[in-house]
Amino acid sequence: MATEAESGTGLVFHPMDQFIVKPLFGDVIHWYTPTNVTLWMGLAALCVIALMVFGTTGRATIPSRIQSVAELAYGFIYKMVEDVAGKDAVKFFPYVMTLFLFIVFSNFLGLIPMSFTTTSHFAVTIVLALLVFLTVTIVGFIKNGVHFLELFWVTSAPLALRPVLAIIELVSYFVRPVSHSIRLAGNVMAGHAVIKVFAGFAALAVVSPVSILAITAMYGIEVLVAFIQAYVFTILTCVYLKDALHPGH
Amino acid sequence: MATTSPAADAAHGAVTAPGMPQLDFTTWGNQIFWLMVTLVVIYVVLSRIALPRIGAVLEDRQNTILKDLNTADDFKQRALEAEKAYDAALAAARAEAGRIAAQTRAAIQAEVDAAIARADVEIAERTAEGEAAIAAIRRSATDSIAQVATDTTEALVAALGGKADATEIAAAVAAQMKG
Amino acid sequence: MEGNLAHIGAGLAGMGTGIAALGVGNVAANFLAGALRNPSAAASQTATLFIGIAFAEALGIFSFLVALLLMFAV
Repeated sequence: MATEAESGTGLVFHPMDQFIVKPLFGDVIHWYTPTNVTLWMGLAALCVIALMVFGTTGRATIPSRIQSVAELAYGFIYKMVEDVAGKDAVKFFPYVMTLFLFIVFSNFLGLIPMSFTTTSHFAVTIVLALLVFLTVTIVGFIKNGVHFLELFWVTSAPLALRPVLAIIELVSYFVRPVSHSIRLAGNVMAGHAVIKVFAGFAALAVVSPVSILAITAMYGIEVLVAFIQAYVFTILTCVYLKDALHPGH
Repeated sequence: MATTSPAADAAHGAVTAPGMPQLDFTTWGNQIFWLMVTLVVIYVVLSRIALPRIGAVLEDRQNTILKDLNTADDFKQRALEAEKAYDAALAAARAEAGRIAAQTRAAIQAEVDAAIARADVEIAERTAEGEAAIAAIRRSATDSIAQVATDTTEALVAALGGKADATEIAAAVAAQMKG
Repeated sequence: MEGNLAHIGAGLAGMGTGIAALGVGNVAANFLAGALRNPSAAASQTATLFIGIAFAEALGIFSFLVALLLMFAV
């Protein structure tokens, strides 16, 4: 396909090449090989640690700038877990916080030019979403036993409709991890690919100013999307946790 | 953005790489492995170190603010008490001042009254003395007049050739003077 | 190459992204209309707004994904 584009217009579009997983050393990718995935995930972890641990070493009552950012993130997610999932969900707070910080830093690190975006890979987001799905299902059954199945049996609906609704609810329950993961990866990948396509047009001198403007605008929207997708992933995790803890609504 | 031409060539050269790197399942194991490592590291660091620390800091701050508010409330209470004490002291001082003023006034009044009384007594004495003197003078004047009248009468009687009876003359003079 | 038909399909699927944009705009517009009627309740509903936007957008992303699959994977 790329060769066709090259021969047709003289432009070179490789919008997906930025997502290629490459080993840092050597050529072969085993399950343990350090790759660019490792590098950028490690950087994300380092950023999280730098913000949340080294930023707060002062334990100051009057916080420094970094510490107040860390406290802001803490308060933001804590309030979200408490408000959306309920008071008894607070014990899942470190877990939700881990997801949020990992996603938000991966997204922002991915916005650095020439970087690699780990959250644009379905392998990553599907694991994240499956972790949430499994947690919610297991916690739901442990907490409520068989009553957890009442989530699919809508007692407020007429009796005749309930089996139909049960099937719909069941399907939507199992579609959750799919939409949860594809939403994140798709959003991130789409934005990066679009920027890349605009960058491809910049090879034509006539359109390059427009192209650069478009890249700048897309970059701005991507910064917004990077945060909003992390927020949405986190708040949906909280919503699902609420279902697990209080299935009766 | 990692599109350098050698990388692109490598991607094209690789047999297994399809168009979408996301669907290259040969790298999934690798990604999932490193993802789990990263998540576990972040989770452990957050739940063991960062979150308890930030939670403690936030709680400390809450406590400090509450304590400061309490202290401020305390100080306000004390200021109110001090104001009340000041007001009471002021009222007491004012009452004391009033009392002292009344006392002084009473003392002075007593002194004045005594002085007036003394003066009155003196005035009365003097008046009595004067009156007595006046009375004496008047008496002596009356006596003198009676004497003069008697003498004149004697002389008149004698000049007319009568025999002057001293007692009669005296009675006549007295009668005349009374009238 | 057989990619020509696939490219047409990708273009059709790409239209879904634009239709999803209509949905997202609808969610946001109705939120704004409600928020202007009752501004005091707006702040408590921003989470619901984002959830709604996320669901609407996810379907657009699905069609984008179909387009990508037709372009690169088929």
